[in-house]
Formats: sequence, structure tokens, C-alpha cells
Amino acid sequence: MAFSLLTLDTCIYQSTINHKKEGMKMGRKSLAGVLSLVLMVILLVITGQVLAAEESPKQYIPMLSYWSGPFAAGGSGLAGGQEDFMQLMNMEGGINGIMYEWEECETGYNVARGIECYERVKTHDPKPCVVHPYATGICYALLPKGIDDEIPIVFEGYGRADAADGRYFKWAFNFPTHYWSQNTAKIKFIAMKQGWDGKNTAEIGKFLKGVKIANLYIDLPYGQETKPILDDLSKTYGFIVRHFPVSWPGIDQKAQWMDIARRYKPDWVINRNWGVSCTVPLKEAARMGFPADKILGVWWCGSEEDVLPAGPAAKGYYATNFHGVGKDFPLIQRIVDKVYGAMKGNISFTRVGTVFYNRGVMYGIHMHEALLTAQKKFGVKVITPEEMRWALEHLDITKERIKEIGAEGLIQPVRTTCEDHEGGGNVFVQQWDGEKWVATGYVIEPMKEYVRNMVEESAAKYAGEKGLEKRDCSDWKPFKQ
Amino acid sequence: MFYRECGVYKDTYAGDMAIFPIPLDRYGFTVMLILAFVAIPLWASDYFISNIMIPFYCFSLSVIGLNILAGYAGQISIGHAAFMAVGAYSALILYGRFGIPLLPSILGGGIVSGFVGIVFGLPSLRIKGFYLAIATLASQFIIQWVIVHWQWFSGGVFGTVETPDMHIFGWLLDTPVEKYYLALGWLILLTVCAKNLVRGQLGRNWQAIRDVDYAAEIIGINLYRDKLIAFAVATFYAGIAGALITFCYYGAANIEEFHVMVSFALIGMIIIGGMGTILGSFLGAGFFVLLPLFINRFMGIFMEVVPSEIRSNIESIIFGGLIVFFLIVEPYGMARLWHTIKDKLRLWPFPY
Repeated sequence: MAFSLLTLDTCIYQSTINHKKEGMKMGRKSLAGVLSLVLMVILLVITGQVLAAEESPKQYIPMLSYWSGPFAAGGSGLAGGQEDFMQLMNMEGGINGIMYEWEECETGYNVARGIECYERVKTHDPKPCVVHPYATGICYALLPKGIDDEIPIVFEGYGRADAADGRYFKWAFNFPTHYWSQNTAKIKFIAMKQGWDGKNTAEIGKFLKGVKIANLYIDLPYGQETKPILDDLSKTYGFIVRHFPVSWPGIDQKAQWMDIARRYKPDWVINRNWGVSCTVPLKEAARMGFPADKILGVWWCGSEEDVLPAGPAAKGYYATNFHGVGKDFPLIQRIVDKVYGAMKGNISFTRVGTVFYNRGVMYGIHMHEALLTAQKKFGVKVITPEEMRWALEHLDITKERIKEIGAEGLIQPVRTTCEDHEGGGNVFVQQWDGEKWVATGYVIEPMKEYVRNMVEESAAKYAGEKGLEKRDCSDWKPFKQ
Repeated sequence: MFYRECGVYKDTYAGDMAIFPIPLDRYGFTVMLILAFVAIPLWASDYFISNIMIPFYCFSLSVIGLNILAGYAGQISIGHAAFMAVGAYSALILYGRFGIPLLPSILGGGIVSGFVGIVFGLPSLRIKGFYLAIATLASQFIIQWVIVHWQWFSGGVFGTVETPDMHIFGWLLDTPVEKYYLALGWLILLTVCAKNLVRGQLGRNWQAIRDVDYAAEIIGINLYRDKLIAFAVATFYAGIAGALITFCYYGAANIEEFHVMVSFALIGMIIIGGMGTILGSFLGAGFFVLLPLFINRFMGIFMEVVPSEIRSNIESIIFGGLIVFFLIVEPYGMARLWHTIKDKLRLWPFPY
């Protein structure tokens, strides 16, 4: 408190310097006025918080969001969506009467700040039942901490793919699907576009023989993650893949595109960037005369924020996803009516229904379903991290349940087990029509067995280095609801 | 009044060479040490120890290194974070894969980083100023590229090496307080070394090189040797700091923790703290590591009333504003501010 006043003092001091010329008396008066105003606001807020704290116990969800920095478009959408969903649930009676309480901690996509945030929210009473890192770098750093502190770390659609092996990664979950699965689905999609009917996987090779694919990736561990799988797939199916690294932050990709469009002349380009660097390829491709509908983006390059700056150049661009797009879902409509109707939205209304927002809503639904599962098993109360971990491992979101909550087409069924923390999700493909994202109707099942082998191999290697023990999953039983 | 100098006569060599010639400084420093060694571990929360003090110590150490290079020897480097990464990965590989004990591993991380630093310091023999700055920027990208692409270092496509359990003579370091002491021990040891380095012959050589390099050469200073030693020492400090922050704080070495923005922040720390002062390294690191957290905590009060979007951006605005404020008020850094205060206190209450 003392320090906060100090910072304020310095700010005010700064402003007084500017006003020195206007006369000392005037300055002092306004200074006192501002100070007392600020004090009053602080007092009001504090009393408000104290009063609020005396209410019934709440389910605490920390949000390691990033509303500022180079990746704010993603971070704000995810956080805004998830918060809006929790707001809606609170308005509709919470989790069987237990209300959500969430706290934001700004990370700015910065690993050090993310760890600080995690350690900060960890001290909350009651302990947070689950932590979403929202960023790949923070996710890597939190994985070992989650094991030590026994807090489930959930990273949906980012982070380590090999965390899908629940036997080694007891406290980590990456449903509905991860990068490696996504890339097998991408290859399947390309095969379909080359004329494959999508039925017999053994035939893929026929259609992919000699097809040239350029893998354009941002040169961070995140971007590198899919290189081995693409190389391996290219050997199996006979297509040619070449990797084009883009150095961070990837604003200038002229050299890479000169190479891609003029020399390599690929049939398809995989756009594996993040943030600002997602938009650049679309512009460069247009400049080089490379068709946008031959570019296939990762799901972090498939939002409105990524394509709008590219203007008409983005028309026809494909991107993968693992949830629905747009506002035409009963659940999103309920958020619009109830949350925004009551002026309680957590993000500007124009962003409701955008890709990152919907992804945030999906995170919210998954956590909500896990909490409900936990309450069915352990009784209606505030769920602890250990109970939440159990629930995340026994998660079974069926088609009927999705219909019930009004999210048909928005999310897909997820079923996790002790061994499988991925939950077997499919990959959607969406296309930008110049104004909005449209679902193409392609719902592609990843090459599960193939990916699973890679996941198990990689997880075992990780566990070997880290000295983790393999869990025995034989006593896992599906939870009868 | 407080800083009475009349009565402080130096009649021994030891007295003349003391780090703190003024008694009050000595007392103040002792109090700080007691605070750091006894009070904080005893009374501070785990959160405070592991998230505020440990990163503060590690960054201070790294900034001392950069201050030796840029502040004392006048060789600017914009790749300092990359050397932290070298130290972090080397120490982890030495400890985790080769089974070398923890303390020698950390030292090894520093030494490897020091040698890499000498290599990247070679351009300083021919170029200086802005040109050298750009050349050192290359070190940032080259090191980053090597760590990401040579998977032997980074341990696979994820580019992440996790820290195994830490043992010193069979003693398991797992609580925040134990890690705190590890970081603090290295910090104190290396700070004393740094302070004495810059007061000695080498430090004087560096300052001569910084001020006018050809004049320094004329009076007989071996420019090449001393510049390279400056690079070696600075990157050694960065390496140790990187190893410590990975072992004690991050828990896993990941290249994203050491990217170019961190290098810029380190440069900011020496400028805000004060170039060419050891004290300034601490002040600068404190400013950059602690202040954003305090602003963030402070803004948390307005959680309910201010939308998150505005709140997060106000944080950056306040922080940026404070940087500008301090640079205007004291362009020579916060250490100079402290010296001004000290000068005033010497004459207080009878200024003339």
C-alpha cells in the first residue's frame, strides 16, 4: 500500500512539474484534489473487495492473460472469451451454485512474468484448481512446477505435444488436440485438395507423390516443433517438404518469399507463425502472385486479427482450427444477450465471436465440464487441484452434452483417459472469404496411431531425462455419470 | 551531519583502500547484509523470496557484468542475454548430463560463457561505438540460432532443458530459501570480486580505454588484452547469472527466456542504474525487475473497475513514463542520484 502511494506520488510529481509555470498555488490545490480523489477511489475499491470477500466460497480460476505486448490480440481474445463464459455461468447459477471467481495477472507473453504470475496465484486461498499458461514459453516453464505443486497445467492447442501421454505427464493436459496431430491433419487436407477422397489413409501416398510443400515457420521452439513430423511424413508419403525459417518477430519475410515463390515454387505453403508474423506471408504471397488459397495456416494464424491487416490479399486463405467460428451458436448468443445485455462483458463487443474469443469460450466450457465432473464424484463444493486432476482425466464431453449446453458446432467431443490426455479431437479447416471465417466442412481426423507412437517415444525420452516414473494406468475406469 | 568526514583520517593503507571509507556506509552495508541473509529468509513469504528477490539477484549479477563491459571498459554489447543463455544451457548440460556437481557446473556455465564471450569480443579490437553494438547484436542471434538448431544443446524440438533436482554434497535444494541462499552467495562473492576488479589496475585500464582509447594505448595499456578480458569477465558474469536464474527461478532453460528484448532490458538497466558503478547495477536491476511487478500489483486494486485492456496498457505507460522521468531528472543514472543525496547529507544541516 505504502509503495502504491509512492508510485502515485511520483506520477503526480511528474504532472506537477509540467504545471509549475501556472503558479504554485493552483498546482498545490489540484494536487491535493487529485490525491484525495485517488485515495477515495482506493478506499472504495478496498472496502468493496473486503465486503465481497465475506460471501460464500468461490471456485478460483487464475487467468495468466496478456492484454498488452506483441501478442495481445491472442491473449485478450482468449482471456475475454473465457471470462465471459464464466460470467455467463455465474449469472446462470455458477457450478451447481458455486460461483466462479477469477483473477487476472498480466504476463505480456513474457516467461519471467508468467512464472511470477503463477507463483502469485498459487498462494491464493483456496489453491487454484487449474492453471492455463496461455503461452508456449510459459507452458514449458510451468510444466515442472505443476508437478511439484500438484496443480494441473492445461494447455489447449499449444505447448508440448508429447504431454498427451498421461502416463508420464500426470499433471499436464493438452486436449482437444495438439500440433503434431494438427500437422498430420494438414497433410490429409492437402491430400484431399489434391484429389484424395479422404477414406483410405493408405492411398494418400498416391495423391501426395511429388507434391511440394513449403513449411514456413517462425524460428522459435514453437515453430520448430513440427519439423520432424513433417520430415517423417514426407518420407512415408513421398511428398517433398522444405523448411523456411523466419526469425522472430518475423515482420520482414521478403527473402523467404522470394525463395518460396520464385525458386522453390511449392504446391502448398504451411504458415506456422504467431502474432504479427502471421499476416506478413499473406501480403508477401500476394506481392509475388502466389495464390492465398494454397496457404494453410496453423490455428494460431487463423484469426480475424491475422487476416484483416492483409486486406483483400487474405481472401481464400485456409487455416486449421479445433472449434467453430462465428456467433451463430446458442451459447454465444446467450453470452451476447445476458452478459453483454447486462453490460458485464470483459472485452469489446466487436470481438465476440472472433476466433480467439471462441477459443477462450471453449477453454471455459472444458474447465466447466471438468468441474462438473469433479463435483459429481466428490460432491458439490470448491474443487481442489487433486480433484480437478482426477476430473480432467475422466473428462467425457459427449455430443449430447454439447447440444445441451448449446455449443453444437462450437466445440467437439473430448474423452480423456489416464493414458491419453489429448482426448482425441479432430481438426477443422476454415477459410477466409474476405469478410469472415467460414467453416469449409472439412473435419479431419489426425493420424492417431502414428502420432501416438511419436508422442510416446518423445514422452519417454523426456521422462528419462527428468527422472519421472511411468504411472500404472491399469486401474483407470471410465466414470459413470 | 550524517556523513561527517572531518574526523575520518586515513592513516593506514588498509583504511585508504577500504571499499567504504565512510563509517555510515559501512554500517548501512552491514544492515543490508543482515537484511538479505537473515531478515528476508526468516520473515519474507516464499512468494517474495522466489519471485522477487531471486530474479532481482540474478539480474543484478548479469547487470554487473554488463556494467563492467559497457560502463567501465566502454564496450557496448547488445547480446548480453544470449550469454546468459549460454551459461544456463552449459550449466544444465554439465550438471544434468555429465553429472558434474552443482557448484562447479554453475562455475562451468560461467567459464563456457566467458570463452564464447571472448570469441564475440574479437570484433571490438577493430571497431567501436555503434558499429561494435551492431556486431554484438549478431552474437545474440547467432547464439540463439545455435541453441535452437543444434538439438544436442536444446534437447529436442522443444528447445527446453529442465533442471534436475539440485544437490550440494547430498543436500537437496528444493525450498525457495535454499535457492535464495545459493543465488545470494554467488551474488555477494562475485560483487566483491567485481568491486575489487574495477578498483584495481585492470579496472583503471578499462576506464582509460573507455575515456580515450588511443591515449590509453600510448601510456602503455595493452588494449587488445584488456578489452578481451573485459568481454570475458562480463560474459562470465552473464553466464553465472543465466545459470542461477535457470536453476533457482525458471526451472527450465528455454531460449524464449533470453531473447533480444531481455538484452535491451539489460542495457536499460545499466543506463537507468548508472553506467560505471556497481551500485547502479543493483538499482537498475531493481528498477526493471521490481517496479513492473509493483505497478502490476498496484493496478490489481482496480481489477473490478478498470477494464483489463486499459489496465494492462496503463502498466506499460507508467513504467515507460518513469523511465523517461528518471532519465530527465538524472541522466547519469540512479547511482548518481544517490551520490547527490550523499553530497547533500555531508553538508546537512549547514549547506553553503
